[in-house]
Parts: sequence; structure tokens; C-alpha cells
Amino acid sequence: MTRRVRLGLFLVAGAGLAVVLLLGFGGLPSFGHAHELDGAVVNLDEPTLRHATDVVTALNFDLRAFDTLGEEFILFASVTGVALLLRTLRQEEEEDQEITPGIEDHRFAGASDGVKLTSLLLIPLLIAFGAYLVFHGQLTPGGGFQGGVVLAAGPIAVLLAGRYLSMKRIAPKRLLEVSDALGAAAYGLIGLGGLIFTGVYLEDPLPLGVSGQLLSAGMMPLNSIAVGLEVTGAFLLTWTQFFDQTLVGPPSGS
Amino acid sequence: MTVLQIIALVLVAVAGGAVVLTPEALRQTMVLGIYGIALTLLFFVFQAPDVALSEIVVTGIGLPLIILAALRKIRQQQARQSHAREEAEE
Amino acid sequence: MGFLPFAVAVWLFVIGLWGVVSSRNLVRTVLCLTVVQSSTYLVLLGVGYRTGAMAPIVADIPSTSKLVDPIVQVLVLTDVVIEATITALLLALVVQAHKRFGSIDPEDLRPLRD
Repeated sequence: MTRRVRLGLFLVAGAGLAVVLLLGFGGLPSFGHAHELDGAVVNLDEPTLRHATDVVTALNFDLRAFDTLGEEFILFASVTGVALLLRTLRQEEEEDQEITPGIEDHRFAGASDGVKLTSLLLIPLLIAFGAYLVFHGQLTPGGGFQGGVVLAAGPIAVLLAGRYLSMKRIAPKRLLEVSDALGAAAYGLIGLGGLIFTGVYLEDPLPLGVSGQLLSAGMMPLNSIAVGLEVTGAFLLTWTQFFDQTLVGPPSGS
Repeated sequence: MTVLQIIALVLVAVAGGAVVLTPEALRQTMVLGIYGIALTLLFFVFQAPDVALSEIVVTGIGLPLIILAALRKIRQQQARQSHAREEAEE
Repeated sequence: MGFLPFAVAVWLFVIGLWGVVSSRNLVRTVLCLTVVQSSTYLVLLGVGYRTGAMAPIVADIPSTSKLVDPIVQVLVLTDVVIEATITALLLALVVQAHKRFGSIDPEDLRPLRD
């Protein structure tokens, strides 16, 4: 089948698909008139029965706690997959031996002083905001996932300041692996705590506390920290897998 | 439906089309970032702040870094392969 | 006007698929796939939205006030996370395919037989 025939075939099939989808969506309740009871019930129950003020995070770590466990392991598995796919073969390692120690400042030599200064100023802000998002997951918008990515961006600002090897010093691969694995394991183990103390996996054995305080809503802050740890490790690991031999390897085209 | 929601929806539709129709991968990465911001705005006016936060961190930092590094890696491999080919011809 | 979110979702789905089919570069294919996936956000949020409702954060408002459906928002949240990880995995596959075949044009890829 030639390219032209294939694209023509897709135009026909795509138009048909669009019509079918539009007809299907026509059967949904029209926009703005959602009448599902479960959403309303959750909105009433989570704040009163779980003392959490952010219903979305509360759902993630309470009603959908088991789904979140699966999501954690998808993240973990995909990081493992990236590491496996991008692992260096032996002959490539020999080529990479040519890296000279002075290369650290060299790679981002094009970054202006303004970019470097801004990146350095961003580091404490990113880490503070990321930690805030992780710890206040059950209170305000945010949570382990969002906070984890923001925390992972902190070391990346070091990279933007032009120092890849400094970034690897403050976030060595071994530490990232530990953070990723520890986060994933901690989430599973917190669930095991529920099994031990209440007899139900992922059930909440901790006191609920006063709604709106930092340590409230039972296990949700712990879950949030576990997810935050894992996501920070997972994102930094994925990035460094892609950056290795890209940023410190021989410059392209030379 | 408010005016803000209609504007956000139109923005998302235009930006999504622009991502697909941008010819070159490097530029497409930048357009994808703009598309992410449009989606964030949409989540915000659809009363979904949690989703907006995670969308902005993923399309603001997460995806572009991975895509740019992958593009550079591919370019490096291309240089290495053409270098090896030249050596073989000699 | 009430059908607009779903119409935009269909548009994103079909135009993204067009990008996947017509692409001559595997990195572009992956990026178009993220557009296809983002159409699901619109459907989910469109289903759960209620006119005049507020975000499901009850720190300052009573939980009896009119709130949007939080369940679809949690699904979209999961969707965003999975999108990021799957894109990373697919791009790693593209890098590996380029290492093996010396090209990222899908037409140049040959079946793996050794």
C-alpha cells in the first residue's frame, strides 16, 4: 500500500470515526448538567468522614487508594523500562571514555549570566514550593504527584545553570534509585499497616485529626510523602537516563 | 457555559491542531508546551485546580526535557553513524 | 454551545490520529499520540462539570455547596501521570529503534528477525 492510498483511506475512516464519536457523545448528559450521584456523595463524605479538604487528593488516597498503588507501579515499571532500553552497550562505553573533566562548564557555555542567575534563584523556590505541595496534599490543590515533579525540577535548574556534573553530584543516580524504590515500597507498606491494624488493606488506622491542620486526614499525608518521593526519583531518573552520554558525550556533528 | 470556557476550548482546539501540523519535531516540542498551557487554562476554568497543577508541571518541565534529550540523542547517533560510514568507505 | 467540549475532544482525537498516520518521524508520532490522549481529558471534564459549581476544595466553603464531580478529575489526574511516563517509554523505544535501524522514518523500519 503506498503512502498516498494509506492517507486517503485514513481520511475516509477518520471522518467515519468522527461521526460515530459525535453521535456517541450526543447521548451524554449535556455540558453543565452532570447528575451523577456518586460525585455528590463523595463531595459530602470525604470532608466529613475523612477530614480532608481537598476532595481530589482524598479520593486518590482513600477511595481509589488501590488504583493509586497500580499507578505507582506503572510509574516504577516505566522508569525501569526506560533504564533498560537506554542502557549503554559495551562498545559505546569505550567511546564515552574520551570525556574530559573540564567538559562540565563547557556544554552550556552558551547560557548567559542572566539565565544562570535566574536558574540559581529558582532552585530554593522550586524546592520550597514542591515540599509545600507534597505536605499540603490533603488540604489544598496539590499532592504527591504534582509536588514530586516540582521537587524534581530543582536539580534540573542546576543543569540549566550550566553544570550537569554538579547536578549529578547533588542528585547521584544511586540516591534517585533509592528514592524511587523507597517511595513505591512505602506506599505499599502503608497499605500493609492498614491490613495489620484494621484487617483491611489500605484501610486507615490513624486518628483523623482536626480538619484543615497539616497532620489530619489519617494516612493521607504519609501517602502523599511516599508518592512524592517516588515521583521525584522517577522523573529525575528518567531525565538523567536520557541526558547521560547526551550532555557529557562528544558534541554532536564534530 | 461562560465566555472564559469557550475561549479556553477554542484555544485548546487551535493549539492541538498546531501541534499536529507543525512539521519539524524540535518546533513541535515548543508548540506542545504552548498546548499544555492552553490545557492548563482550560482545567482552571473547568474548576479542576489539581489537574491544572499536574498538567503545568508535566508539560512545562517533564515532557519537553525528555523530548529535547531524545532528539539530541538521535542527532548524536546520526553523527556517529555517518562518521562510522565515512571511515568504512576510506 | 453545550456540545462544544465534546466536539473539541473529537477534533483533537481525529487530528491527532491524522498526525500519527501521516508522520514520517517517530518522535512526531509520539507527540501526536499525546494530542490523541489529551482528548480524553476534555470528555471526562465535560461529563463532570456542573454549571455554576465550584472546585471540590472545601477548605473555605461548606461541603454542601454546589461542587463539580471530583471523580472524573481524579481520572484525568491519573491520565496526565500515565501520559508523561508512557511518552518517556515510547521515546526510549524510538532512540533504541534509531540505534538499530539508523532511521526514525517508520517506513524504513523492518521487522525484527535475527
